[in-house]
Amino acid sequence: MVEVTLWGSLAAAAEGNSKIEIEAKNIRELFERLSERFPRLEPLMTRGIAVAIDGTIYRDTWSKELPTGAEIYLLPRLAGG
Amino acid sequence: MNFDPSHSKRSFSSVGTRPIRPDGVDKVTGRARYGADFNMPGQLVGRILRSPHAHAIIRKIDTSKAAQLPGVKAVLTAADLPDLTNGDAAMYDILDNCMARKKALYDGHAVAAVAAIDARTAKQALKLIEVEYELLPHVTDVDQAFAPDAPLINDTIFTTGVDPKPDRPSNVSMRSQFGHGDVDAGMARADFVVERTFKTEQTHQGYIEPHACVANVCSDGTADLWVCTQGHFVYRQHCAELLGMDASKLRVTSSEIGGGFGGKTHVWAEPVALALSRKAGRPVKLVMTRDEVFRASGPTSATSIDVKIGALKDGTIIAADATLRYSCGPYAGAWAEVGAMTAFACYKLENVRTVGYEVLVNRPKTAAYRAPSAPMAAFAVESAIDELAKKVGMDPVDFRIRNAAQEGTKASYGPVYGPIGIGPTLEAVKNHPHMKAPLGKNQGRGMACGFWFNFGGQTCTDLNIGIDGTVSLAVGTVDVGGSRASLSLVAAEELGIDYSQVRTVIADTSTLGYNDMTDGSRGTFSSSMATISAARNAIKILRERAAQMWDIPVEDVTWEKGHAVAKGETHGNLPKLSLKEIAAASGTTGGPIAGHSEIVADGAGVSFATHICDIEVDPETGATKVLRYTVVQDAGKAVHPTYVEGQYQGGAAQGIGWALNEEYIYGKDGRLQNAGFLDYRIPVCSDLPMIDTQILEIPNPNHPYGVRGVGETSIVPPLAAVANAVSNAVGVRMLHIPMSPPRILAALEA
Amino acid sequence: MMVGIAVSTNINGDNAEFLCHADETLLDVLRDRLGLMGAKEGCGTGDCGACSIILDDRLVCSCLVLGAEAEGRRIETVEGMAQGDQLHPLQQKFLEHAALQCGICTPGFLIAAKDLLAKNPDPTEEEIRFGLAGNLCRCTGYDKIVRAVQDAAGVMRGA
Ligand code: FES
Ligand code: FES
Repeated sequence: MVEVTLWGSLAAAAEGNSKIEIEAKNIRELFERLSERFPRLEPLMTRGIAVAIDGTIYRDTWSKELPTGAEIYLLPRLAGG
Repeated sequence: MNFDPSHSKRSFSSVGTRPIRPDGVDKVTGRARYGADFNMPGQLVGRILRSPHAHAIIRKIDTSKAAQLPGVKAVLTAADLPDLTNGDAAMYDILDNCMARKKALYDGHAVAAVAAIDARTAKQALKLIEVEYELLPHVTDVDQAFAPDAPLINDTIFTTGVDPKPDRPSNVSMRSQFGHGDVDAGMARADFVVERTFKTEQTHQGYIEPHACVANVCSDGTADLWVCTQGHFVYRQHCAELLGMDASKLRVTSSEIGGGFGGKTHVWAEPVALALSRKAGRPVKLVMTRDEVFRASGPTSATSIDVKIGALKDGTIIAADATLRYSCGPYAGAWAEVGAMTAFACYKLENVRTVGYEVLVNRPKTAAYRAPSAPMAAFAVESAIDELAKKVGMDPVDFRIRNAAQEGTKASYGPVYGPIGIGPTLEAVKNHPHMKAPLGKNQGRGMACGFWFNFGGQTCTDLNIGIDGTVSLAVGTVDVGGSRASLSLVAAEELGIDYSQVRTVIADTSTLGYNDMTDGSRGTFSSSMATISAARNAIKILRERAAQMWDIPVEDVTWEKGHAVAKGETHGNLPKLSLKEIAAASGTTGGPIAGHSEIVADGAGVSFATHICDIEVDPETGATKVLRYTVVQDAGKAVHPTYVEGQYQGGAAQGIGWALNEEYIYGKDGRLQNAGFLDYRIPVCSDLPMIDTQILEIPNPNHPYGVRGVGETSIVPPLAAVANAVSNAVGVRMLHIPMSPPRILAALEA
Repeated sequence: MMVGIAVSTNINGDNAEFLCHADETLLDVLRDRLGLMGAKEGCGTGDCGACSIILDDRLVCSCLVLGAEAEGRRIETVEGMAQGDQLHPLQQKFLEHAALQCGICTPGFLIAAKDLLAKNPDPTEEEIRFGLAGNLCRCTGYDKIVRAVQDAAGVMRGA
């Protein structure tokens, strides 16, 4: 079980929940569970979401494990110059 | 991926040195080939017709006269680019931006294109295309577009990020929010509060090389595209999708690139060039004019930002609040969101809230410019912080040091920081001789901090060892500022050979796996990681080959300083084998030796900088002169320090231009009035002083050498550093950027 | 159909002849007809200096000169700066100081700096800055360019 924090716009799509407890061992599972529970998150996930695990931002490593007790944030995926 | 990217303490022999870049001689002798320096036999010249109107329905386009002009080989409208985007809204916007479908959405929006035997004929043909427009009310200002009664740009846009969903469309495509704590309660406790509204104008990356490409589509469905881009793999993907081609049939070669800074991360004219070539059955060269670059590529957002910050008597910031409105051009964007994430990222804050609004306007589609969106937010926040320090009665550097984020701080955008460099950059600034340089009359000093995320992303490299033992490294991230030199250094370092033994080239899309773009400061960060991984894979093979040559178990072979070394008592007396010797024998030990690597380079370290600026203002004319400028930034590890300095200096110069001069000026008619370097004035040599740099190295724990990205952060602090300097020089808080002479005079008179 | 104008000129010490239209710029002639692509088009309006060349000892923007005007004159471009494999001191110093990032402005700067040093072999920093103010560079912030020119000037004075 990990606790995931969603940023503002994402929380709005997750029925106003900004913190969610979820059973997931890696980023892939996390995304699957989240879109099962909150279908409105799906389009936002397609646009791209980054996951911060204990302060380090992961954009594409979906196999990245979520250690228990880790601080997990979902953040928008950014553009760069 | 069995590659461990974590940072390990080590000493370096190549990394950190400053050799001459491998592409240097070609570039100083005029031989390097940029976008417009390539030609194909039988090539046609492509040109694009652009809307002179800011907002208009396209009633009808009559191309018949143009098509009949002798020498015209293809005429193209949106009808030739059917919508294949399959409900992908972002791709549809790209398609519509490449060639307007129903409406022209800004001055400069492409509406038709031709390919002809020469430029003269192509120009003439454009004049023969008749477009019937029905003009619509337009809006180009971000605050006006935000207002509820503004002309509506896209009636399918309903603000997302708000609950419940709005019942009518608006120009606000998204609301986003970040933060934690209780801002209102915190603000109520504050002893001092600063509340201000700031504005920044739209700027352009201003790369000196206009967009250019040569497209060649064959009747068998294969195609080639030569193009200046920051990401040829991404261009391939987008072009193939928009044109309904298999990506593998389209080979994209990235030319030398004459600057990008984010502006060459999007396709603009390339799909049009390919479509023209397909229609004409001949290669088509399409080069934008400077006027087109300004009117129809991707400038920054214009912004309007409210900031409110409260502090206690002891100098602790107790609450911070910001509302940010960013223009995103006529399509939905996510620019204010980034501004909202970065605005307060430098500080340790208990109570913080940022709200971003994406605002549609009738201007070109916004694109990234270095650390996109962060400079404007930093301008607003760092200006308010300076004012607040004054109110509290603290020195601006000390006030920032007191409130600076550190390892363990919960960032204003959410997560908790690992080891970061904001504190050290501030300490370095505090002790920098620049801070003690004397100031004269009408002169002021300002400083400011900045933050950027940096990315990693998908990356792939091939490291091939020739039979003479020299190394070719093929990478897929476009070299925008010397990364071939840096990556050669990394390969040399890891293999234990000399820099001169490595040649790095940028591979085309058919010879290497997919790579993300060179953006987000990722070029050297991610490709160096992939290069280290590829080199380690090659070393594994080198050890195996040495073991074969010695006929001993591979476990007994180590790799040290470019040599295989046998260890263990039984074969300790074997003379070591050099990479050259192993390579020479490779034909009989199992064939070619190479190391490949395909990785997702995640874990880019966040980056911080602090800048100092001294400026003199002429109170009579409002003219400014930058006297001294210093950049202090954390690089993690500087692979090639000279090019790191170059990134710092270049970003600072761009930021100074943004702060003092550069802006898009639109007339009441919605037309851009200064689409050229004469009236959109970027800094020239005589506008600037030497730009002093100090590189800090706080290793990124997620990179083997500790590298962080360095390319973007340097543009974040200058707007605020310059504004603080001007404000200190004239004694009036500057709220509107650029601080052109008329604006400074107006502020003095107000 | 437009009639071509026959022009004979000297480029980097070699005689050259070409046909061009009356309204064709020298920059287009160099790039499209003569294959000399060192001069770049950054603006086409005389504002960026990327197309700088030396025409009879005068620094000009080749985008503002007509091809026909080259008749009987001497043109120097970046391609003529090195002697064989021996780089010009300015070229060498630009490399050593990393005075180029993307390098698109470099040919123009080299030519402008060559012209500057021919007229003023020992310029101050300010003279260099004003002397090169007609050339835009968006990558470097000019710091390393100025240093490279200072250094090259020293070498050339010593030579
Ligand atoms: S192209 Fe001639 S000055 Fe810019
Ligand atoms: S090096 Fe890129 S414009 Fe000067």
